[in-house]
Amino acid sequence: MSMLRIEGVTAAYGAIVALRSVDLHVDHGEIVALIGANGAGKSTLMMTICGQPRPREGRILYDGREISGLPTHQIMRMGIAQSPEGRRIFPRMAVLENLKLGAELGDPAHYEEDLARIFRMFPVLERRQGQRGGTLSGGEQQMLAIGRALMSRPRLLLLDEPSLGLAPLVVKAIFSAIRELNAQTGLTVLLVEQNAWHALRLAHRGYVLVNGRITMEGTGAELLARPEVRQAYLGGH
Amino acid sequence: MNAAPPDTILAVEGLTMRFGGLTAVDGLSFAARRGEITAVIGPNGAGKTTVFNCVTGFYRPTEGSITCAHADGTAYRLDQLPGHRINSTARVARTFQNIRLFPGMTVLENLLVAQHRVLAPAARMVGLPGYRAAEKAAIDRAAAWLQRIGLIDRADVAAAALPYGAQRRVEIARAMCTDPVLLCLDEPAAGLNPRESEELNALLLEIRQGGTSLLLIEHDMSVVMRISDHIVVLDYGKRIADGPPAAVQADPHVIAAYLGEEDAEVAAP
Repeated sequence: MSMLRIEGVTAAYGAIVALRSVDLHVDHGEIVALIGANGAGKSTLMMTICGQPRPREGRILYDGREISGLPTHQIMRMGIAQSPEGRRIFPRMAVLENLKLGAELGDPAHYEEDLARIFRMFPVLERRQGQRGGTLSGGEQQMLAIGRALMSRPRLLLLDEPSLGLAPLVVKAIFSAIRELNAQTGLTVLLVEQNAWHALRLAHRGYVLVNGRITMEGTGAELLARPEVRQAYLGGH
Repeated sequence: MNAAPPDTILAVEGLTMRFGGLTAVDGLSFAARRGEITAVIGPNGAGKTTVFNCVTGFYRPTEGSITCAHADGTAYRLDQLPGHRINSTARVARTFQNIRLFPGMTVLENLLVAQHRVLAPAARMVGLPGYRAAEKAAIDRAAAWLQRIGLIDRADVAAAALPYGAQRRVEIARAMCTDPVLLCLDEPAAGLNPRESEELNALLLEIRQGGTSLLLIEHDMSVVMRISDHIVVLDYGKRIADGPPAAVQADPHVIAAYLGEEDAEVAAP
């Protein structure tokens, strides 16, 4: 049984249909990448998993249980965490408070260990732990959003463009941290990423979303080898 | 006022910006040349956006000077000009890292707002031929930019309804509608896939071709290395390297602080 199974999901904002009968699944311990152009519906899919917007058709199963229709806070309590596109940290709260809020949904027994791990991953967050989130630079806020999502020790981590605005060195650090967490703890990850090369190298499997529809599916290596993928998403490399 | 060479469009000298006890920019000097694309790169938190905010009048620097020199020899002290005159008089325009369009206005309206300094004086004579001519010119200019960024079909759509990458292009078009001599772009390629980054490269080169100089903050090396004429590297608010792309890319300080070691993921596929 897959951890996450999306079956025939259609979602819309008013008259604008963003997802059209999407089928996708993420198995336990997998890293799955979702790639596609801007406007393809990738972020909508992430948001739909979290309950907003609700699917107009189809259903979403998590551990075999239907979660489409549940309110967002209930979905989050089931062990799903999202690092959303555009950061959305709490700007007037301290860095440490942002991380503590992430930990609210987790087991308090892991708090110290998890905090230490986030600080190892992003040392700048430790140095700036007393600062308000809003005073961090854009890239540092991105690190905080990822750290906050990890603090709940999710079973399923939804990462929406984790590399956005980050320096090349930090992007490498994040991707290797995800690979490490996945290997060591079995963390399951659904990843949306513009950097298709990085994402498909990291992922076990990937999907290509075009205008709200899944058009291709395969292992990371298979998708990287497809000429259509290279042409559309990898540019003139 | 300044002894910068005549091809300098922007001279930053001894710039320091402190926020309470935090020194975000520390005695920074660099110059950007007219007709070039100058990139500012560096680790997250190095002070890049703070420099931009000083150049574009969002912050008043703690110390130092920022001078924009026009081709006719007129020089403007951006660190002293009132914020609104940085665009209207010194003709410096910018975009934002976190897109700041007017979300509820249409794409076209966003581009018209940018031209309010042309339209506002004419509005005193609303309905008279002078106003109608100014309005038509503003709409024509907006339409021309929408054509260039491939969004003319979306002119009447609310800006917020556009996908992220398209909103970025609208921000660039909005800035260009103010007819700047210097366009400052804060991470224009963020959130774009490699294909879209290539289209952005073409747009930025076209803007340079049209006579506008560019100052660019960017982490996407496929953009920075391909289109920049000159790169300034910051770390902890200071300049650690300054030069043409090839030299900066090979600089061991830049590799250690920012780029990391070359690996297969950069070279391939």
